[in-house]
Amino acid sequence: MLKSVIASVVGIAAALGMSTSPIQAQDTLAKIKGKGVIVVGIKNDYKPWGFLDPTGKVVGMEIDLAQEIAQKLGVKVELLPVIAANRMEFLNQGRIDLILATMGDTPERRKVIGMVEPNYYAGGTNVLALKSAGLKQWKDLAGKKVCAVQGAYYNRRVTQLYQPELVVFPAVPDALNALQGGNCVAFLFDNTLIESTLAGGDAKWAAYEMPLVSEDPQNWAIGIRLADLDSPFGALMKALSVEWHKTGKLIELEKKWGIKPNPFLSAMHEKYKGS
Amino acid sequence: MAGFEDFFRRLNDQHGINFSFFYDSFDRGRLILGVWTTVELCCLCLVLSLMIGVVGAWLQGSPFMLLRRVVQGYIQFFRNTPPLVQLTFFYFAVGGLLPRIPDATGQPVPLVSSFEWAVLSFSFFAGAFNIEIFRAGIEAVPRTTIEAAESLGYSRLKAYIYIVLPLAFRISLPALNNNLVNLVKTTTLAYAIGVPELLYASAQIWSEMFNVWEMMNVLLVTYVALVGVLVWGMARCERALRIPGYDT
Repeated sequence: MLKSVIASVVGIAAALGMSTSPIQAQDTLAKIKGKGVIVVGIKNDYKPWGFLDPTGKVVGMEIDLAQEIAQKLGVKVELLPVIAANRMEFLNQGRIDLILATMGDTPERRKVIGMVEPNYYAGGTNVLALKSAGLKQWKDLAGKKVCAVQGAYYNRRVTQLYQPELVVFPAVPDALNALQGGNCVAFLFDNTLIESTLAGGDAKWAAYEMPLVSEDPQNWAIGIRLADLDSPFGALMKALSVEWHKTGKLIELEKKWGIKPNPFLSAMHEKYKGS
Repeated sequence: MAGFEDFFRRLNDQHGINFSFFYDSFDRGRLILGVWTTVELCCLCLVLSLMIGVVGAWLQGSPFMLLRRVVQGYIQFFRNTPPLVQLTFFYFAVGGLLPRIPDATGQPVPLVSSFEWAVLSFSFFAGAFNIEIFRAGIEAVPRTTIEAAESLGYSRLKAYIYIVLPLAFRISLPALNNNLVNLVKTTTLAYAIGVPELLYASAQIWSEMFNVWEMMNVLLVTYVALVGVLVWGMARCERALRIPGYDT
């Protein structure tokens, strides 16, 4: 009995292993054009990059970029909401063609998917906390409960450096809710989202602040399958990314969505302007 | 030990099979905490839900209609709503309304932590089913047995404790077994409110190490083992409690 259970478990495990090998991604560009639609993995809980407007439509800066890409390819765009913990699997399984979801460009992730250069944005790590919590430095987080979102690249680094007790939620609204419920002293996230949350002027955030110095600057990148990196699709994405910096498209969108001007974007604009 | 760690590091470097928790102490700590939290959660919920079942089934037979109605309402509420909805409702909606108490550093913290909400919510959920399971067992106890107890001067409570429950418990065991196995599997939902149980720990590891395949298998094997231990224990309990001649 026990033997047969073990045998079947191993059998299932082996079968699962077979099915996870990524689909062959040759000539994604031709496939997208053939289908007439590009599927983009976006965030729908990350204001103002990708969020739901009052009518329930997903809008935001990254949605504008996704539409820009689709227009360039002459196809329709299909948006699929993803979270940090599943977007790379979705991409490698072929459910989406590219990731435009506030994704940090890290060496570990580069082993799994392709990152389009130049990067289109840059953020850092900070926390959102009640002013009355009196946080002054990162060290103050030691031993305290800190809400975070699953799959964020800084969770591990901050835990190892400052030893907070991380309480990790599947999505941003859950974590923000828990922060408001007093379940944690602070919410660990990208400084960009925290800034836009505070700048939104919502009364429920009036007593909150971003008390620490942003750390660990991280570039954001469009993600494509590793095999696509040197294909015509990858080349096109890189060219588009350069164009966005060159023409100031990203700065224009940043302004449109009320994001605080990011020195990274102006530096990149200067760099590519002359080219 | 070092050779052991090196083996798994090599397995990752050369074959891409990444059991990071065997060589990375940070991941190992998280996984061990996850297993421990799951075991703790299971044990607490098992005990509490059994207590709810026993008390609830007794109240269900109460001569007071109001009491019976309250128990019935409780069963209907918890049996007819999904456990994940109950959990998030308790944690986000009810938890936000409760008063906050200052902790050691003077910061106000919620009265009930996420772990405690998980214990309460799953116990209530499984408890509702346990009441019905025990009721089925109680109804299977012959009416004549209870009458015999009454004629010997047992009160309702005493007859319940010494005559009805021991017999009903034996009859209920197979159905109870099922429900408790389900309870162990339901504990994974605590992941949604940030309780660091096994699924949460694995998800943390795979979202940083990208070893989804490996961690899924670890999860599978661990839950098979956990449920295996429970089923084995219940089977032993069933055998130990068997009354020769009183077969159900």
